[in-house]
Amino acid sequence: MKQYAYFPGCSASEGGAKAYGRSALAVSKVLDIELVEIEDWNCCGSTPYSSFEELASFCLSARNLALAEGMGLDIVTPCSSCYVILSRTNAYLKQYPHLKAQVAEALAAGGLEYHGTTKVRHLLDVFVNDIGYDAIGAAVKRSLEGLKVAPYYGCQLVRPRFGFDHPENPQSMDRLITSLGGEPVDFPMKARCCGGSLIISEEDLVLGLIGKILNSALDRGAECLITPCPLCQTNLDAYQNQANKKLHSSFDLPILFFTQLMGVAFGLSEEELGLRSCIVPAEKALAKYL
Amino acid sequence: MVSNLKTSSFVDEISAIPGGEGVRNCIQCGTCTASCPNADKMDHTPSELIAMARAGMKNEVLSSNAMWYCLSCYLCTVRCPRGIKQTDLMHALECLAVREGLSHGRTLTPAMYRSFNDFVYSLGSLPEMGFMTWFYMLTNPLRAIRMLPVAIRLFRHGRLNVKARRLTPQGTDQLRAILDKAESLGGVS
Repeated sequence: MKQYAYFPGCSASEGGAKAYGRSALAVSKVLDIELVEIEDWNCCGSTPYSSFEELASFCLSARNLALAEGMGLDIVTPCSSCYVILSRTNAYLKQYPHLKAQVAEALAAGGLEYHGTTKVRHLLDVFVNDIGYDAIGAAVKRSLEGLKVAPYYGCQLVRPRFGFDHPENPQSMDRLITSLGGEPVDFPMKARCCGGSLIISEEDLVLGLIGKILNSALDRGAECLITPCPLCQTNLDAYQNQANKKLHSSFDLPILFFTQLMGVAFGLSEEELGLRSCIVPAEKALAKYL
Repeated sequence: MVSNLKTSSFVDEISAIPGGEGVRNCIQCGTCTASCPNADKMDHTPSELIAMARAGMKNEVLSSNAMWYCLSCYLCTVRCPRGIKQTDLMHALECLAVREGLSHGRTLTPAMYRSFNDFVYSLGSLPEMGFMTWFYMLTNPLRAIRMLPVAIRLFRHGRLNVKARRLTPQGTDQLRAILDKAESLGGVS
């Protein structure tokens, strides 16, 4: 059994993407992965903190990295935003000695030390590289044969460069869909931005971006779309109806977390995967596989 | 000479923030601007902003709305032929604008970020519903009414938690001590 320090992030723990956290844990169990939640982890601060107080934002991440270091395990997160924020802090602490000194001083005020040994991984990276496509394929109980799935990577899973997939034409979820028996749909907007948190402050602008992504996936015949990010899922799913109103469109595309799709293929129940939390009903695409 | 001094001090300020040092390396090729999904919404494009910063136009740069339209999608960063971390440079400019009290009035993004950060500072976690309600109350309560259908849909699907996740009292104190210390150090320098 492989063990990791689990950092669910606010959204996938008790927030709007609870179903992501739940399905991530259920699928990990099937793959013999133990995700040990970091005790008392704090919010990574995401983009808003990095945009207001740079030193404090690095300290938010550093506390989590230090807690994981204390467990002797690498961090795994299912959230693309947590992934980019924690990875950036880790890289910058190595690159900028003056930053490292200041962060160490702040951490010391809380009785913590960080020595820089924690690695930060995204759950998708762990699944496809530590476990592998063959082992994932071997766990499939109900092949997704005939299902056309759009793998939507978004931004912060693959950019800036983390090394596990291409920053503009990623393939890991395409191959994952194939190993589940499904058919990946190649669409041009697969690694473009959904607008992120600006859906709250610049709604009209972001609804336009959402429309472009949905259009692109549907043009290539997608029956559902999968994502590795809580924010992407919320924008594409919960705001799909708003996008329809604004753009006079009639999008009706189920948006799933990639872990939910894996769970369906592994024969897990709707309940275990939280499929009912999808606003655009997932059953529409998945009925014959459930 | 005066203009040179002004130039170097603003560029130095930006360069002191990790990721900001790239401001010195730009060759004005415009790749970042061409890659940006929001460049057309900005009063100055990303490459223009760099040129202005190097010309010492501190007030104009820091009161621009450009960095607040950055989506942190990192397309510019992976495409820059000079290896500039353009997204982090945008964050550096945002932090400087906040420090100088120049966060831009024509976009609600700074207010949204501030509401987010207030929750993270006080709770150590982000209750999405509380944060969004707080933001709408601070900016325009009417928008909250417009957003009601989305909120109702999320609620019906069990996705709106009223209760916030809390750290243990010890965890909250520890985090607060760390963040207060960071604040007293006054930013990266």
